Amino acid sequence: MSQSYNRGLIEDFGRWKEFSAGMWAWIFHKFTGWMLIGYLFTHIAVLSTSISAAGESTAVIEAQNDIYTTTLQGLEGLFLIRLLEIGLLAVAVFHILNGLRLLMVDLGIGLESQDKSFYASLILTGAITVASVPTFLTGVGI
Amino acid sequence: MAERYSSFTPGGTGWFLQRVTAAFLVVVLAFHFFLLHFVNHAYEVSFMGTQARMENIGYFLTMVLFLVTAAFHGVNGVYNALVNQGLEGTQKKVVLAVLTIAGVGLVAQGTYVALTMAGMI
Repeated sequence: MSQSYNRGLIEDFGRWKEFSAGMWAWIFHKFTGWMLIGYLFTHIAVLSTSISAAGESTAVIEAQNDIYTTTLQGLEGLFLIRLLEIGLLAVAVFHILNGLRLLMVDLGIGLESQDKSFYASLILTGAITVASVPTFLTGVGI
Repeated sequence: MAERYSSFTPGGTGWFLQRVTAAFLVVVLAFHFFLLHFVNHAYEVSFMGTQARMENIGYFLTMVLFLVTAAFHGVNGVYNALVNQGLEGTQKKVVLAVLTIAGVGLVAQGTYVALTMAGMI
């Protein structure tokens, strides 16, 4: 965790009109990356209820009244959480697709199409996210 | 030649490990999302169901490796992004120390959680 590529600051958003597709891809990749690592800490914190649940009786676990199950199902019962999950899906899908694009760029494959592949990543992310909405909103009321 | 924007020095250790973990994460993150939102549903997740999945040693090891690679990839990505923003000297060392402690803490807590899910603790 040491070497960094110092190509000067381009994160001057006052210059956003000058940004190319490659710059936007890089900025979106960083932003979605920050969101994902932030979520990972939150995710492990919520899943840590399993530590208490593991100490509960078999009867309580089988009745699904343990703290892990009630916490997760309680959160899933909230419309806001479902919306945030859709947002998380969009963030994860974009980061995966753009990540694949970056792997290709690093390997020198399709460099001339890197702008098009960024737009394709955005469109595919949108399509997958929209298609997933019914699944993510199953069984929840507003 | 297309322009290249990255927070990493091409060919460096950080860059290489970021790419290796990325290749693994692309597959496992997609699998994780698909399994817990489309095959199973998040609103139906229970401790009993989680235990049943985690008692499979292959699944358990995959999830622990998923945690380790995701923590490294995330922390290494954040660190390189901050260095790229101009972080240097003492601040750089402090940030590296804080991020390393946070990353190791995340892996330790996550592994403990995984062990309780698998009934090993």
